[in-house]
Amino acid sequence: MAAEGGLPIHPMDQFIVKPLFGDGPVYWYTPTNVTLWLMLAVLAVGALMILGTRRRAIVPTRSQSIAEVLYGFVHNMVEEVAGHDGVKYFPYVLTLFLFILCANVLGLIPMSFTTTSHVAVTVVLALGVFLGVTLIGFARKGAGFLSMFWISSAPLALRPVLAIIEIISYFVRPVSHSIRLAGNLMAGHAVLKVFAGFASVALISPVAIGAMTAIYALELLVAFVQAYVFTILTCVYLKDAVGDAHH
Amino acid sequence: MATQPIPVLEEAAGACVDAHGGAIGMPQLCVEWVPNQIFWLLVALVLIYLLLTRIAMPRIGAVLAERKGTITNDLAAAEELKQKAKEAEAAYIQALADARAEAARIVAAAKADIQADLDAATAKADAEIAARSAESERRIGEIRASALESVTEVAKDTAKELVAALGGKADARSVTAAVTARLKG
Repeated sequence: MAAEGGLPIHPMDQFIVKPLFGDGPVYWYTPTNVTLWLMLAVLAVGALMILGTRRRAIVPTRSQSIAEVLYGFVHNMVEEVAGHDGVKYFPYVLTLFLFILCANVLGLIPMSFTTTSHVAVTVVLALGVFLGVTLIGFARKGAGFLSMFWISSAPLALRPVLAIIEIISYFVRPVSHSIRLAGNLMAGHAVLKVFAGFASVALISPVAIGAMTAIYALELLVAFVQAYVFTILTCVYLKDAVGDAHH
Repeated sequence: MATQPIPVLEEAAGACVDAHGGAIGMPQLCVEWVPNQIFWLLVALVLIYLLLTRIAMPRIGAVLAERKGTITNDLAAAEELKQKAKEAEAAYIQALADARAEAARIVAAAKADIQADLDAATAKADAEIAARSAESERRIGEIRASALESVTEVAKDTAKELVAALGGKADARSVTAAVTARLKG
């Protein structure tokens, strides 16, 4: 791909999975750069939520109030969007949110590897939500769960058509849910890399560096927003399974 | 200019990475790496889930509940103190009113006592005055009566003496009758 004499821009190389030790093939158990950055995300979550709260102060320290704000933020989101019955699944939603948030932000460190920019990762997350919601829905409502595809407020003639549309949209959910996250991060990081490549040309490097700075700020926003979007969509889907009324 | 790829790199190169270690197409679509990513992702998710549910969430939940409890208790205590202050104020006002009423009652009682004493003293003085004036009246009456008697006596004696001096012979009975008639007269 490296064009001879052209700009040394390899925007996709940052997404390559490599073994951490040596250059062997990547088996399912091989510790790779994916492993490293996933474990760093685990450590980050641990630092945020456990180290920060170790003093259990009634009047919180700064780090403890960050953990409390994150906890309260996701708890309110689950309660408001998914309803009171959804609070049972709050631990899993919090896990998703904190993992995605930490992975996204860690991915912004230069030379890092962004685990959430890989569709393989986000598809697992989204499929987990999709299968979980479907199973919870059938477990709680039995066949009544299917009534969410039968829009009783629509005219009778339209209902079969709407049912088909609803079913398609239901099965598209994991696709959009996962591609949205991975696509946003991949695109942002690739753009950063492209501008970084331009920065090696003296003539436009000030512009390129300025643009990189701006895009970096944007990417920081995207890192938070996408974690939020993934989580709130999870809550919306959860509402279908645990809520009593159809939207 | 490109150097001959060393054998190690050659080996590392697969369907997704070229001989220079560059990506072929989108690394996201490389099927070779997917099992690795999924395995480690699941490990990471399980670890985070365990960290959160075993340590972080009970801790934060407890702290939040404790804080809520503390705030509720403090508010309740403040409410109670406010109530107590109100009660104390009411008690103070009540005590003040009671004291005023008591003072007014004492003043009225003292006034009534004094009035009663005064009335009694007045009545007693009146009675004494009446008694004394009655006594005086009686004495004046006596004096007057005795004076009248004395006058009669003197008049009789004088009349006798006069009659005798004039040379007459006066018997006592007629002189007395004459004086008496005269005095009545």
